[in-house]
Amino acid sequence: MSGIGTGYDLSVSTFSPDGRVFQTAYAQKAVDNGGTVVGIRCKDGVVLGVEKPVASKMLVGGSNRSTYPINQQTGMGIAGVSADGRQIVNRAMQEATQYKGFYGEVIPGYVLSERIASYVHLFNLYWYVRPFGAALLMASYDSEGPQLYLIEPGGTAHRYFGTAIGKGRQSAKTDIEKLKLTELSCRQGVVEVAKILHTVHDEEKPFELELAWICDESNKEFKRVPADLAAEAEQQAKAALDEDMDS
Amino acid sequence: MFAKAPSHSTALGPGCAGPPLANPQQLSSAQASAHERGSHQPSCGAAPFAVDASMLRSTGSQPHKHTQSPYVTGSSVLAITYAGGVMLASDTLASYGSTKRYKSVQRLVKVNDSTVLGAGGEISDLQFILNMLDDLKTEDYCADDGQSLSSQELYSYLSRVMYNRRNKMDPLWNSLIIAGLEGGKPFLGSVNMIGVAFSDDHLATGFGNHLARPLFRKRHRPDMSEEEATALIREALEVCYYRDKQSINKFQIAKVTASEGVSISEPFALPTKWEYKAFVDPTRNAVGVW
Repeated sequence: MSGIGTGYDLSVSTFSPDGRVFQTAYAQKAVDNGGTVVGIRCKDGVVLGVEKPVASKMLVGGSNRSTYPINQQTGMGIAGVSADGRQIVNRAMQEATQYKGFYGEVIPGYVLSERIASYVHLFNLYWYVRPFGAALLMASYDSEGPQLYLIEPGGTAHRYFGTAIGKGRQSAKTDIEKLKLTELSCRQGVVEVAKILHTVHDEEKPFELELAWICDESNKEFKRVPADLAAEAEQQAKAALDEDMDS
Repeated sequence: MFAKAPSHSTALGPGCAGPPLANPQQLSSAQASAHERGSHQPSCGAAPFAVDASMLRSTGSQPHKHTQSPYVTGSSVLAITYAGGVMLASDTLASYGSTKRYKSVQRLVKVNDSTVLGAGGEISDLQFILNMLDDLKTEDYCADDGQSLSSQELYSYLSRVMYNRRNKMDPLWNSLIIAGLEGGKPFLGSVNMIGVAFSDDHLATGFGNHLARPLFRKRHRPDMSEEEATALIREALEVCYYRDKQSINKFQIAKVTASEGVSISEPFALPTKWEYKAFVDPTRNAVGVW
């Protein structure tokens, strides 16, 4: 990256001469180096999948959660620095509660995504703070149907049919583009997400798969995919991967 | 006479430090006698003035008073245990004073898969409580640990909330009955607006305390069948309806059982009979009453 060592990367409150804010770009890099997170919007809901690298063999299975419910109808998957992500998740919970208390209705997906983006953006404005090293995939299901949003450290929020962030995002996105998302059910989507994450993860390092969804089958509530279903999806993903290897 | 503190300003009065009067005047004898501690007479001898003491209080330090009398209220809620479950009943009336203002208000509310809340008293306070429980539920959901509040826990929580609000001199104007299953066993708890909380095999709020509970004491058994329980509840509802002016013949019955969870019936009416002699000629045995 040009400009390193020129002093333009020290603060978030100074642009470089070619119009960039390096600290924001570095925060994005923290996300891009982390485990892959995939989100797809199927015909009946949204599926989130997080690839969690297992830091130690002594780690208790299922620790270090990276998908969180915000309320019954919204949930988030964290990519990047999970501690930073949790901060954003907490803020999202507060925003959701505040909206419910004030308007008496559940916060719509686009409102929450914009509020969270505004919050994240604040940390790109002052020299005494640093941007979050985390991006969030947000799944929601409201009167408008199932929605998927991506909120990035720079304070942007976009709505997607399917997207991926983290280390394996490039090939994951290519794989997602091949899916027929308007015809795919969430039950099938879970298998596809598991497949993608297993494919993308090419190193020998151990990892854990965290799958969460919000769909008609989960009663339109954001939940972790039931353990038996997740295990089955992972098994199918591994089988498909082995088949690819053999051919 | 009390000795004046030297820092007092003769110009500004007791308790204030400041410059002395430019033209000190001698106190008249009337002023001097009035000049006692607490009499609000300025020590400079100027004309006395009065300040409404209530205006000196900042609103922040005083309790708000706008919920210290109820406006729209519900009447009795009845509740009994029976073999394998609990049963609650109430009418669907919300009165505005003594006007039967809203006739289709549900006062039995499902709180979670094993708990029902029944409420008498101020309906807006009930709505506040329900919003609060809703937030609590969402918070619990976000913890995502598979745990949810049991009936007993909800009862304890609500009893703390009610008692806390009463101590703030700003009570939630309700009588609540929390009913559900606690470890598979029937549970009933009641809390009222001053925070009195207790648990029993049969409970009632409001007029039901006087009209239904004597019936329950006589007829209730914890091992009643569902049919027997329904019959008892219906009879108690009928008695309440005859004697309680603030009630209508439109009731709901809620049940919590291990097999079916929470179910709340559609509103229904009870058959009534007004030909009882005491109803037709209420003063027959009351000499001297017109």
